[in-house]
Amino acid sequence: MVTKEEGSGRSPGRTAASATAGAPGAVLPGAVPPGAGSPDLDGALRGRERINHMPGAGTERADAISAGRREMLSDARRNQIRSLAERGVKRPRIGADAVCEALLRQGVEVFFGYPGGVVLPFYDVLGDYPELRHVLVRHEQGGAHAADGYARATGKVGVCLATSGPGATNLVTGIGNAMLDSVPIVAITGNVVGSLLGKDAFQEIDITGITLPCTKHNYLVRDPNDIPRVFAEAFHIARTGRPGPVHIDLTKDALMGPCSAEHPGTVDLPGFRPTLEGHFRQIKLAAGEIARAKRPVILAGHGVLIAEATEELRELAEKAQIPVAHTLLGVSAMDETHPLSLGFVGMHGWKHVNRAIQSADLLIALGMRFDDRVTGHVPTFAPYARIIHVDIDPAEIGKNVAVEIPIVGDVKRVLAALLPQVQSVAPEERAAYLKEIADWRSESERAPWHGSGSWRNGQLSADYVVGRIGEASGHDATIVADVGQNQMWAARYAGFRRPKSHISSGGLGTMGFGLPAAMGAAIGRPDKETWAIVGDGGLQMTIQELMTLVQDNIPVKIALLDNHKLGMVRQWQELVYAGNYHSSHLLGPDWVRLAEAYGLAGFRATTPDEVDGAIAAARAVDGPALVHFVIAEQQNVFPMMPAGKGLSDLLEEQFEEPKQ
Amino acid sequence: MSPTGTPGPAPEGTAHPAPAHTAPPTRALPGHGESHRHVLVAIVLNKPGVLNRVASLMRARNFNIETLAVSHTDQLEVSRMTITLRGDDVAVEQAAKQLYRLIDVLKVQDVTSDPTVEHEIALIKVRADERNRGEVLTIAEMYKARVVDLAAESLIVEATGTEAEVDALITLLRGFGIKELVRSGTVVMSRGAGSIEEAVKR
Repeated sequence: MVTKEEGSGRSPGRTAASATAGAPGAVLPGAVPPGAGSPDLDGALRGRERINHMPGAGTERADAISAGRREMLSDARRNQIRSLAERGVKRPRIGADAVCEALLRQGVEVFFGYPGGVVLPFYDVLGDYPELRHVLVRHEQGGAHAADGYARATGKVGVCLATSGPGATNLVTGIGNAMLDSVPIVAITGNVVGSLLGKDAFQEIDITGITLPCTKHNYLVRDPNDIPRVFAEAFHIARTGRPGPVHIDLTKDALMGPCSAEHPGTVDLPGFRPTLEGHFRQIKLAAGEIARAKRPVILAGHGVLIAEATEELRELAEKAQIPVAHTLLGVSAMDETHPLSLGFVGMHGWKHVNRAIQSADLLIALGMRFDDRVTGHVPTFAPYARIIHVDIDPAEIGKNVAVEIPIVGDVKRVLAALLPQVQSVAPEERAAYLKEIADWRSESERAPWHGSGSWRNGQLSADYVVGRIGEASGHDATIVADVGQNQMWAARYAGFRRPKSHISSGGLGTMGFGLPAAMGAAIGRPDKETWAIVGDGGLQMTIQELMTLVQDNIPVKIALLDNHKLGMVRQWQELVYAGNYHSSHLLGPDWVRLAEAYGLAGFRATTPDEVDGAIAAARAVDGPALVHFVIAEQQNVFPMMPAGKGLSDLLEEQFEEPKQ
Repeated sequence: MSPTGTPGPAPEGTAHPAPAHTAPPTRALPGHGESHRHVLVAIVLNKPGVLNRVASLMRARNFNIETLAVSHTDQLEVSRMTITLRGDDVAVEQAAKQLYRLIDVLKVQDVTSDPTVEHEIALIKVRADERNRGEVLTIAEMYKARVVDLAAESLIVEATGTEAEVDALITLLRGFGIKELVRSGTVVMSRGAGSIEEAVKR
């Protein structure tokens, strides 16, 4: 095991010292970014006081800045954004100032960005708004995912920013990810000066054309006086109704030009009026269906978490004694230790949950969209069930599955209206039904791969690692998964009790999501421990953000489940492509030394008895840490519903050792 | 690995909608009914890029627009689109709902089965000289079409009517040789006093 001796956050002044004291080659003094020099030097160079808002750790200046930032962001101050004059800044107000003011008015405390040519006017004024914390990511995709993770962990709008051209296109994966998972983010990009638009100027790309199909809405702003209105609308659209990403493209002259427009108090969007209240007649019908059902199952999705309807969900489940299944993004909507909580459903869901769905006579689908990973082959999905479908987006009703009782509305409000109409059911009335599911459950949990430390031949089992992390963090940590086997293991075995403690890229399935999203989640919820559960494939896609963790001292603990494989690809090749393992084996670096090179603590566990120690060591670090778990190379995620099959056609692991 | 069937039906003794020995019923897929022509009217904000949003959405959601006519309305800030497409009722309803998700779309209405006035205009350049010009003129007259340009070897017929009427005229004129054809796409308006535009006024 290797531990790191220095505090992981570093102020520029301390970098040189730690480079000599720390491991060789940790950070070269010459690698200090030019903008990160001491504030005094900066001021002298620029001829006026520049405020260095880089959150270095431990320095008095950084502490003073963060204390000041907290004070300035207090609710009392939020609606009194200070003008430039009140800030003692003697220059005209420009578009970039309007952007900063708009962010502050929207309650933005932190955003994730990467500077470049056309957004430099923005970075030039950003120092005048020290209450805005800017996290310098290492790649724009990381910024978009961090905004996404921040938004999911907090329920607030996440913000990311990039320059034109490649900066903007690098955001697109993160924007698409937020679109498919209904996450409220506002992505800001710069673009070339308006007169050069359409001229193939340097770093010009038609980014609003590119983001059009993967945003809830987007804007191209060429007039600085449009900035206040556009930002007010963008945040309103991002967070209202079914949340989603909104992209704002600002030309350089919009950022630099004088701006006199005031920030509007309200937005006027006649084409955007989401239905929040469910129709009373439909709600009455739903109550009737629930009263008649003998084998009801609730299917809780991301919407329950977004609408903060977890209490209402629990009340409904308890009042009518209905077991609750979760979609992947609905994990953590109900405390998994609750007797009515079943676990998660779908392609890699628990067998007992899939059986419960398949034998249900009523499905109450709340804030979910019948994704193909949930339903499998639709004609065989829940064949006996009538379906009540509650969703805020009318386009989701009847899109993938025809339903009997559609209710368009906010899940929280619909449940609040539904609850008084639902008949109470005594636990005894449902005892036989619930007992049957419980028996299925103990059967599926008795499977030999579940909960044992060593998989085959004593090799470390991934689900054991995930389970121990959940246990060690008291099932209260925010657990952010990457995509692939690690994601399924995280959702299945970590044990979630707190709403929004599980973050996962569901719709787009974006490898590389885990680390940057955990970064955003940790910043959004500094009161909670944050673990990123990632595979060796996904981590290598966004590994550059390790440096962001160190520079900003973001205390993410990374659990790297390393099987030297693109595990889910390998699993499909084994089960579907007759063992043709093409391009699924991959090398990784020496992870502990890599962590050390980046300047964060690295630990390793290769056997089951080293797991708890490594987790404890990482948790003891004040700052980010990486634990390299060397797991079994051939462990698969079971059960598995093959593509094109239904929930009743699950592949399961063979219990016997394979014959050599 | 062996696929193991998960028993759908519950064991005997528990209340269940279907007996265990029958094959489970099949759930119908939405949007697989009979496909026919639909006419959608969309009232949208008159802003740059709105047409692109609508077209992009229809492409991304796998709907094939047959005709699309866009114009101003009597309200400065509002434009009107008439979209015809083929699909079953559920699929077209899904298209309309997806259009509603666009922030710049104020109202979408499927007027296929409503009483409407439906028209398009076509300009048809037909090969015709003094030998057969009379025949062309007779056909045009029967369809209440006008001749708007006359040359030695050709003439241009301007026809208005429903898509079916224009189709019929074109079929007849094809025998003479059509040199050029342009159609505006259908525009449609509901009969009676009701107004889709008034319905979206703030």
